[in-house]
Amino acid sequence: MAQVKESSYAVVPGPEGILPPAATIMGVPLPEEGEGLVEGKIVNEAEALEKAAIALLTRKNATLFPGPLVLWGWNDHTNDKAKYFFDVAHELPGIRIIPMPDYRPIYPKIDPEAVINPCHPNLTIWHNKIEACVFIGVHCHYANITLRMVRAGTNCYTIALCAEAGHEDAMCSVPNFDIEKLVRFRDAIIKVKKNGIKPLYEGKGIVPTGWAQISRLSGGNIEKPEDESVGAGVTAAFAHELETGLDETAE
Amino acid sequence: MSLKTINAAPGFQDYLPKEYQDLLEDGPFFKQRKVSELGSFKEVIEEHPMCSGCAMTLFIRLVYLGLPSLEHTVICGTAGCGRLAISQGAVPFIYGNYGDTNAVASGLKRGLDIRFPDTPKDVVVMAGDGGLADIGFHGVMHSWFRKEKFTTIMLDNEVYGNTGGQDSGMTQKGMVMKMAPTGKKFEKMDMLGLAKTAGVAYTARIAPTNPTRVANTVRKAVLIAREVGPTFIQAYTSCNIEYAIPTPKVMDDARDVEKDRYGFVEYFSDDAKAYWEESEKERKRLRKAEKK
Ligand SMILES: Cc1ncc(C[n+]2csc(CCOP(=O)(O)OP(=O)(O)O)c2C)c(N)n1
Ligand code: SF4
Ligand SMILES: [Mg+2]
Repeated sequence: MAQVKESSYAVVPGPEGILPPAATIMGVPLPEEGEGLVEGKIVNEAEALEKAAIALLTRKNATLFPGPLVLWGWNDHTNDKAKYFFDVAHELPGIRIIPMPDYRPIYPKIDPEAVINPCHPNLTIWHNKIEACVFIGVHCHYANITLRMVRAGTNCYTIALCAEAGHEDAMCSVPNFDIEKLVRFRDAIIKVKKNGIKPLYEGKGIVPTGWAQISRLSGGNIEKPEDESVGAGVTAAFAHELETGLDETAE
Repeated sequence: MSLKTINAAPGFQDYLPKEYQDLLEDGPFFKQRKVSELGSFKEVIEEHPMCSGCAMTLFIRLVYLGLPSLEHTVICGTAGCGRLAISQGAVPFIYGNYGDTNAVASGLKRGLDIRFPDTPKDVVVMAGDGGLADIGFHGVMHSWFRKEKFTTIMLDNEVYGNTGGQDSGMTQKGMVMKMAPTGKKFEKMDMLGLAKTAGVAYTARIAPTNPTRVANTVRKAVLIAREVGPTFIQAYTSCNIEYAIPTPKVMDDARDVEKDRYGFVEYFSDDAKAYWEESEKERKRLRKAEKK
């Protein structure tokens, strides 16, 4: 069992400011098998999956970000996992899918409609006005920095479905995310819908994004992302101890 | 890991950006492309943020063309202009700390050989003259003395381009640079001579004036490194910014410098020569058999 179960630090949607602390430094522990992490607190797995399902069903322009570990058919396991990934997607009306095919620092020009990049994930989230997202199949060292950047600069609710230990810097995370857990996640989505959570985009299927590039899917039928719910002026420039600004005269 | 790596998992192909779809459908993986085919297939590098007209970018593009099996190659680089383009290539790239490239590559190559005993994995260091001849010098020399089986390619623009014009060990004596205002005090280092002394199997000095020769030299160096021992290419890749070469004159400069002091030379150790002659014979035989 993890020794520390509680931290007063809440990992919540930002924008948290230019430099949010790593949640682990603020004492947020990692979940263990059978557990999940929601906004910095350890909960049981079922509760975490339901929280993730509700965020994806009810927040605007929710998007799945499949990373290299699920996107590329590099072994039988990933090929199998792909099917269950799409099973989850099909339960989420209006869900968007934007891939993170690799970690190349796409530069000088990123196409944020078509791709998300760990060096500047906020661009894709801003551009597509994404208010809930899932990272799945992203290697831990890139997921960590990506999640912090997203928390720093956006109001997006981040969900990390991690094949390893889970991620403190996500608002919701479940560790050891294998095929069985993908199935349980799909079931959790079905359950919360049955229990009365009304999907924001009821009746829609997967919404192709990166329309300029995947016209094969959309048939040229372009659906722009909805405006975000957080208006200008609500955002903080700095968070926590940085809220008051740095004392530049301090020695 | 297998050749399947370069395939989308079921259902994902349509969600890939166009660039990746093109790479899957018409990329340079699994087949050796030729210079004459440039422009007719999807290259592994899409764009780069280096200065327009920089000769280094042309050279890097040709290196990608020459690599004998892109799908089994890892490139090691470090700080310096070249990595700005190399890190954008669709070939695994490892950024060693400035000075660490050849130590990183040594460990990587040995690890890959243990992990994939039946598949040749190529490791190629590609970094600047400052990175290899100055700060990474000890790592380069020791990888050569230890006979580590990978290729080192020096992008020799004869200056620290990325940091604004300091002289490097590879700068010519007397050269006045922005941050060497009284002129370089010492001779250009003889890296080719040092490579020979250290027992490098194949060394080449080259300028980017003849694209086919660049691609062939890279291919040769990588194949010899795979079978025989360390190989080294020292490539003149002018910095048009620090040497104030107008962009349209970059290739004129390369030709002049080549003629004056950077002509193509190559050196084979006895083992490398024997291996290369034998493998050339084998390739000819296969080509003939294919024609029949
Ligand atoms: C250990 C260390 N020292 C210094 C630097 C700063 N630095 C970055 S690039 C560079 C010079 C690069 O020169 P070169 O290797 O010749 O590459 P070029 O930019 O000329 O292609 C230096 C000194 C660094 N990144 N790391
Ligand atoms: S500074 Fe010189 S070497 Fe660097 S990108 Fe520009 S021209 Fe090329
Ligand atoms: Mg240089």
